[in-house]
Amino acid sequence: MHKLAPILMVIAALLALWYAAVPVMNIKETVTQLERGGAQVTPPSAQERRDAGHLSLVAKNSFAIPATFAQERPRLPAPHQVAAELWDSVVAKKITSKRSLVYHGWITLSATLMGFAIGAGLGILLAVGIVHSKVMDKSVMPWAIVSQTIPIIALAPMIVVVLYSVGLQGLFPKAVISAYLSFFPVVVGMVKGLRSPDRAQLDLLKTYNASASQGFWKLRLPASMPYLFASLKIAIAAAMVGAIVGELPVQGGGLGNRMLTGSYYGQTIQIWSALFAAAILAASLVALISALQRGTLKRMGLA
Amino acid sequence: MIHLVAALAIWLALWALNTKLANGPKAESRAVSLAIPLIFGATLLIIWELIVRGLNVPLVILPPPSVIAQTFANETAILWADFVQTFIKGALTGYALGCAAAFLTAILVDRYALLKAGLLPVGNFMAALPIVGTAPILVMWFGFDWHSKAAVVVVMVFFPMLINTVAGLSETTAMQRDLMRTYGASYGQTLAKLRLPVAMPFIFNGLKISTTLALVGAIVAEFFGSPTLGMGFRISTSVGQLALDMVWAEIVVAALAGSAFYGIIAAIEKGVTFWHPSQRT
Repeated sequence: MHKLAPILMVIAALLALWYAAVPVMNIKETVTQLERGGAQVTPPSAQERRDAGHLSLVAKNSFAIPATFAQERPRLPAPHQVAAELWDSVVAKKITSKRSLVYHGWITLSATLMGFAIGAGLGILLAVGIVHSKVMDKSVMPWAIVSQTIPIIALAPMIVVVLYSVGLQGLFPKAVISAYLSFFPVVVGMVKGLRSPDRAQLDLLKTYNASASQGFWKLRLPASMPYLFASLKIAIAAAMVGAIVGELPVQGGGLGNRMLTGSYYGQTIQIWSALFAAAILAASLVALISALQRGTLKRMGLA
Repeated sequence: MIHLVAALAIWLALWALNTKLANGPKAESRAVSLAIPLIFGATLLIIWELIVRGLNVPLVILPPPSVIAQTFANETAILWADFVQTFIKGALTGYALGCAAAFLTAILVDRYALLKAGLLPVGNFMAALPIVGTAPILVMWFGFDWHSKAAVVVVMVFFPMLINTVAGLSETTAMQRDLMRTYGASYGQTLAKLRLPVAMPFIFNGLKISTTLALVGAIVAEFFGSPTLGMGFRISTSVGQLALDMVWAEIVVAALAGSAFYGIIAAIEKGVTFWHPSQRT
């Protein structure tokens, strides 16, 4: 309770700030609409209104404030509008409907998970190779580190189009981007983890006459678990970003596609609800990995 | 066929050379540890070139490095204009604003325990979210030009920077703080002389993470609408025209800009945190 109270306060403050910003952001469009509907607005001419500041418009047309919270295409939708749209498109719509966020969320989620599995799997394999082979360490590791400073996501539209032209479409191209983004964090984290056993521990295994594979399974791999989970959390968040960006250039649906079509047609509430759906999805994925981490480390006696 | 055989032969030869270097007597010297990754990179480029030529891969699927290099050399004017629009105007402005805002917020958060208990979990949560998703909204608010890209970058770099700075500010030990108190140091003096210097490795960690995020944010935001220049704009339109050599040239620019940006911040870090164990050699 002591921990929760300040968090709730901050969230409440953010919501209050959001509500306060809504009239200011939406006042111009609202006033124009009301004037068309025959209401008396100040100042009356569109020219003057265009040059007026948002705050002064709100002050002079305080009767319009309730209407700013109920715009159909607001510049900034009110929190309850987003919540209503989320409820409507997650719970009320059939999940097979193209307007259901569960449908789009599943498309994004499946690409994320597939890409995450490929990327994390390959990343762990490469890390094992790097730890056991000096050549691989010296030649591949610097590139793995440099590649983290490169905005890999710029490749996303190209990967989708190229894979499409060789006949691959649907889930796989997006999963490739997700895999690519989740690959390098796992490599770097896992290499650190596999190297975390200290000299004395490695020496002890040597005195036991343990083989390289025994050393790997009984010492290095267990010791790497905290590092692995820390990098898996980063990787799954990155995989999700990859899937969303990968959906931008294709028409197959998904949360990223929802955002793009929303921005083409000015459906701001749709963008915001897709954004929140993506946030909830990402948060639950990270929470899932955290739970796995806690369970694993507990059984290993590390936490 | 001859290309493929040559590719295989070169792969084996250079890999053998690297194996020899890595296990040789001078493996730990600076020159060799620099040479090995460079040889590996060159091997990949040569093999890419040979395989693309050997299998006659069409240009619209994968252009060979030589064609990309040619495009890069011929189109420097366009690439430079895109670079200025996306990197200098969008990414750098957003980076400076976002990092400065996060730094000031971190000092405020650090000062008040209530804010720390409330804002930090929220910030941690936000840092894991797909914040690029705010791009369409910010493009709508700030227009198509670089202002909206800078805004996306501000949002993207804010939370990682905030978390790292707050973590750095709580890095001092009770002993050090007590010492400052016995000196009669004020809050400001303790901050400037003890806590900020101690926090520097963390602050620079945040700054380094943010370099990549800044570039990613600026490029992805252009996918949602931009004037007719910019790296993200060029990438998405060139993909549409199947001019993949141009796309790759932009990616080279992005890679160079990203690693140079990171390198500059890392160099500044080296100068500022020369006392830290990780910088001593």
